[in-house]
Parts: sequence; C-alpha cells; structure tokens
Amino acid sequence: MSELDELMKAFGEAGGEKSIIADKETAHLAVSGHKILSARDVNGLEIETKETFTGIAAKVRVKRGVNIHNPVHLCFGILHKKGTQKIKMDVKLEKDSSAHFIAHCIFPKAENVKHIMNAVVEIGENAEMKYSETHYHGLYGGIEVIPVATVKVGRKGRYFADFTLTSGRVGTLSIDYSVEAGEYAVTELTARVFGHANDNIKIKEKVVLSGENSRGLIKTRVALEDEASAEVTGITEGNAAGARGHVDCMEIVKDCAVAKAIPIVTVTNPLAKVTHEAAIGSVDRRQLETLMAHGLTPEEAVDVIVRGILK
Amino acid sequence: MSLLEIKGLGYEANGKKILDNLGLSIGVQEVHALLGTNGTGKSTLAYLIMGCEGYRPLSGEIVFEGRNINELKIHERAEIGITMAWQEPVRFEGICVHDYLALKKRKLNPAFCLELVGLRPELYLDRSVDKSLSGGERKRIELASVLALDPKLAVLDEPDSGIDMLSTQDVINVIHAFKENGSAVLLITHREEIALIADKASQICRGRIVCSGRPEDVTEYYKSRECLICDGEVCG
Repeated sequence: MSELDELMKAFGEAGGEKSIIADKETAHLAVSGHKILSARDVNGLEIETKETFTGIAAKVRVKRGVNIHNPVHLCFGILHKKGTQKIKMDVKLEKDSSAHFIAHCIFPKAENVKHIMNAVVEIGENAEMKYSETHYHGLYGGIEVIPVATVKVGRKGRYFADFTLTSGRVGTLSIDYSVEAGEYAVTELTARVFGHANDNIKIKEKVVLSGENSRGLIKTRVALEDEASAEVTGITEGNAAGARGHVDCMEIVKDCAVAKAIPIVTVTNPLAKVTHEAAIGSVDRRQLETLMAHGLTPEEAVDVIVRGILK
Repeated sequence: MSLLEIKGLGYEANGKKILDNLGLSIGVQEVHALLGTNGTGKSTLAYLIMGCEGYRPLSGEIVFEGRNINELKIHERAEIGITMAWQEPVRFEGICVHDYLALKKRKLNPAFCLELVGLRPELYLDRSVDKSLSGGERKRIELASVLALDPKLAVLDEPDSGIDMLSTQDVINVIHAFKENGSAVLLITHREEIALIADKASQICRGRIVCSGRPEDVTEYYKSRECLICDGEVCG
C-alpha cells in the first residue's frame, strides 16, 4: 500500500471522504510527515509547495475575483508513532475572491509526535476565507499540536476559522491565533476541544479590530474529563469607531479536570464596544435533569450535553 | 387503582414547611388540574413527583402504579413512565429540535408532535434548542418533546405561562393529545380556562390540598378566594 493510500485509509477511517483526492474539480494537498504525496490546484487557485528538512512549505494564492467552488482539502498526517511535522503556510486571497479550506490532521498512532503549523494569511478587500481544521488523534496522547496563525483581513473581508479536536486524545495543544480586522471586516474564530486523561490544552486567540465598523467573535467550547486541563485566553481589542467584538467561552469540567478562562477585552476608541461571557463548571443540573426526565441515564445525559456544545 | 397516589406528603426547605400532609390521587388517563397562587407549593410538588435533586419527601409516600417511588432517581421514574415539562425549560447548545424530540426511541413522530403544539415542522426541526428560540417557542418544543415520550404520567408545570393568550388553544390541544394517547396529566396552572378542560381539579394552598373535585367547582372556589397571595390563613 502506498503512503498516500495509507493516509487516505486513515482519513477514511476517521470519517473523511476519500474520493476528494481523485476529484479533478477539487483542489487538495496531501502531506505525510515531510513528504508531499499529492497536490492539485484548480483554475484561479495556485498551490506552490516544497519539502523542507522538517516538513513542508506551501504558498497558496486565490486570484482576484475568483470564487473557488469546491472546498480545498488539506490532509496533513503522521502515520508513524514518532515524528515531527512542521507545516509552513502562506495563504493569500486577492480582492473579491473566496475559498473554503478544510484541513484534516490525522495522527492515529501518535506516541511521540509533534505537529507544528505556522500560517500567515492575507485576505484582500471584499475577499472571504473559511478555514475548518479537524484533528483525528489516536488514543495514546503522545502528541503535541502547535498551530500558530497570523491573519490580516482587508477592508470588507471575511474570515471564518473553525478548529475541532474532539476525536481521540488531545495530547498537548497550544493554539495561538492572531487576527487583525480592517474596515468593515468580519472575523469569527471557533474552537472545540474535548480533553481526556492528562491532556493539556492552551488556546490563545486574539482579534484586533483596527478598522472602523469591523466585527469580531471568538467562540470557544471545551469539555474536560479525568485530569485534563485547559486554559483559554480570548483577547479582543476594539480600536476603531463602530468596532464590535465578543468573546464567548464555555468549558465543562468533569472528574478532576481543571479549566481556566481568561477573557481580555480592550477598547481604545469610545465608539467601539467589546463584550465577553465565560461559563465554566460542571454540567448544568437543570439540563441534566431535563434529559433524565426524558429517560436518559445520567451518563447518557452528560454525553448528549457535551456532544452538543462541541458540535 | 390510581395511577399516582400521594399520601401525607411533607417537605421542608430551609426550615420552612412547603408541603404539609398533602394527599392527591390521579387516575389512569386522567387530566388533573392543580390550581394555586404563587408560593403554594405547586412546583415543589412537581419536583417531588419527578424526583429532582434535593427533593425527597420528609414524610409520606409517592406511589405510582402501586409502587412506592420515593427513592427512585429521575431517569428511573422516567423509565416507568413519569415525565415532566419544566415551567422554564432549559436550552441546549448544539442539539437540534429533531434530535431533541427523538432522544430516546419514541413512539410519536417529531413532526407530528410539533404540529400539535402549533409549530411548523419544516421551520423548526433543524433549529437548535438554544437561545435563538423565543421563550414561547422553547416552551412549545418542550411540550412536543414530552408528548413524543408517550408517558403514562406527564407533569406539566404551568404549560400556559410564556405562551400568548391566543395560543391557549394550542395548550388545550396538547392536553387533549396526551389524553388521546393514553397519558394522564398533572396540569399545574393559574388559569381557570385551562383548568376547565381537566377531568378533575384540586386547589393547593400553603402546601395542602384545600379543595378537590369537578374542575367547574374547584375553579369557582379558586376564583372566590379572598387571598391574592397565599398565606394559608384564609384557605387553610
């Protein structure tokens, strides 16, 4: 079996649609370890890649006025027990363009694996980028995931990013995202993580609303059990007239897990407004009782509530 | 034999007597309205019947189908056919209405249950049971979910509050639907026009049943009460 087949097999087992690799209308980039296994671009989208000593570097460009119809799939994985993968991404969406990127990060056997992502994203005027990153980890917990992104959203640009790690052990996660939103730009960052055993989660997301009438939302949903721990820092700065930002963090803890939320909101313009809400605690008793009155056992009820917030 | 028989029920919270030697009986498929002003112990009685956390009788018995259920947990009571719609239903993030109405294998179709509470299934089945719903919408969905469970006994804590007057008929339709499906209902309400659709009614005052019988008679008795807020001095 080729390495690409193996990666796709693991991708399929994690619930992914393997046929995307063969689809000529769908752009993709598949990377295993330090090796680029497959890449395809489509009209209006350029992917330039090179292998590096520790991973790969990719430049992705969506040309002016082009709307990429099918989502662009990025498959990154390490199929071995040990290894390091550094991904360097340089993404640019030119004026009036749009694209949806779906990143599948697959580490099914990780016992001593490090996955580092460094992304620099530039979204042009009136361009829109959606970025959904889903991780599929194994049950060993020997993985360190460090995604770092610096994003600049131009005038009337839109950026929606969604990070999901709810399958398998998290291991150690350290997210560091920073977004600067220009005039009338819209930014939404969502992260959903389920920590087990001694998983350690750190999420730091920052939105700087520097353009007039820009919008920002940071939404984080974390569930923790056993002895897992999480620290969520949501930072929003409102620096221009009409800027509106909101930080929304919810963490559910079970067993001996420990959760911490640090919302930091700063306003430097009297016409800007930033709000925040954080809810940390065990599963809501009323929610639990309602579901139990519907016939669910306490365990089933907790599962439904946790799965709901991580959806 | 009654479906639910409550005998000499007593309950206290923070040293205050909430229910005092309360007795109530509900038959199979019977819709029983419980009338009472604020603070009389209506919701407390509902929580005790459902077995909510922190609600265990100080004295007396709750007997369901001949079995003392005082020590059963909520889901165990649900398992034997008791369920409840809270006065202010909670919201759930990430659960759509369809899934909420089908949490356990249920006999009744979610779309059918939504129609019965006056909601168009095509507009609501895919929506989340979260804060995007208005209070009235959430309440109707809760009623639909209880209906979908096809319980032997549904405790409905003020199903008419938070729903506009015009849709009182929807609440009445739901009560009829419970009855047609063979469920008994303990219908907690302030509203006489809702109580009048019951087979039987009781009035609660200061934790005791002070009047029980035909809904027409009990609502008359309730309307003629001299106390607006229950202090137990007049009825008691």
